[in-house]
Amino acid sequence: MSIPMNSQQVLDREYLEIRGKILEVAASLDRLERATGDVAQDPRMALMHQGLQIALQSNDAHGDSRAKQIQLLFSREYADSWRQDFDL
Amino acid sequence: MDYFDPHIHMVSRTTDDYETLAKMGCVGMSEPAFWAGFDRGSVDSFRDYFHQLTDFEPQRAAQYGIQHFTWLCINAKEAENVELSREVIAMIPEFLDRPNVLGIGEIGLNKNTKNESTIFLEHMELAIQYNQQILIHTPHLEDKYQGTRMILDMLTSDSRIDPTRVLVDHVEEHTATEVLNRGFWAGMTLYPITKCTPQRAVDIIEMCGGERLLVNSAGDWGPSKPTAVPDLILEMRRRGHSEDLIRKVVYDNPIEFFSQSENFNFQPRD
Repeated sequence: MSIPMNSQQVLDREYLEIRGKILEVAASLDRLERATGDVAQDPRMALMHQGLQIALQSNDAHGDSRAKQIQLLFSREYADSWRQDFDL
Repeated sequence: MDYFDPHIHMVSRTTDDYETLAKMGCVGMSEPAFWAGFDRGSVDSFRDYFHQLTDFEPQRAAQYGIQHFTWLCINAKEAENVELSREVIAMIPEFLDRPNVLGIGEIGLNKNTKNESTIFLEHMELAIQYNQQILIHTPHLEDKYQGTRMILDMLTSDSRIDPTRVLVDHVEEHTATEVLNRGFWAGMTLYPITKCTPQRAVDIIEMCGGERLLVNSAGDWGPSKPTAVPDLILEMRRRGHSEDLIRKVVYDNPIEFFSQSENFNFQPRD
């Protein structure tokens, strides 16, 4: 199933909303920089930077959407040995 | 448009919310048992809670023409207390023949621990023993992917579980496809920050199709919006989706899923 709108219609409808969201992210990063202290080594900073890079790329080789890739980036890894680890 | 909210916690909402939901087209809802915001100390606390879910809430909803159904369990967060969980699981059958009880839920995982998994498996046994449907909570944020995979492992490794009678809730972009591909029903929760926005939920509908997908507000005592399902309806209309598809997702699908429960005696409006 596809979206009933064409890409021009989606852009026309969402341009200002996307613009606003980009500004929010930029202002949040500015706020982090203006605040005292240093969080550059906090692993969450690296995750945010990686997330932004994913948003600028196309879908990956598996066809996974940017949203799915970002969800997986922010997820703990799954280990299929969990039942043995828990002795269940 | 009439709609059904398949996951909402009305015990933590005001009567004004019932009125607002009724005005917006809500004609039915199902309320899974969940965490109260604090850990309860005894099985009697749960017994009182189950009375509230099976006696008081259906009456409160009925005043506004809304039919109220419920699911019973000890939630994943309190499942860390295995001894209390076993007492609650042993008590649940007292309530299974109440007229608005649809099954066991929302069971699941929270931090993906051994104790949570143990109690999940014991809830599964209870559901199988009493031929109950199951509604499942998947974990939040970074724990969701791992926890959803663990839950699917437990469900699919037991041949007595019929996936068409199980709803796996709170799916997002990275979990929806696998849940649906394994034959389960999937629920999307419309939470402003921590789960799906209406826009992203409609994206998932467009990518996965409308089969076996449900949408809910999971309105509770935390940041949540009980009228989120109408927000999704509006977003689908704004994108040009058909009324048939919208109705399928917000009305036909929940009714089809819940109709597998003996106690689902839903009366549509004339």
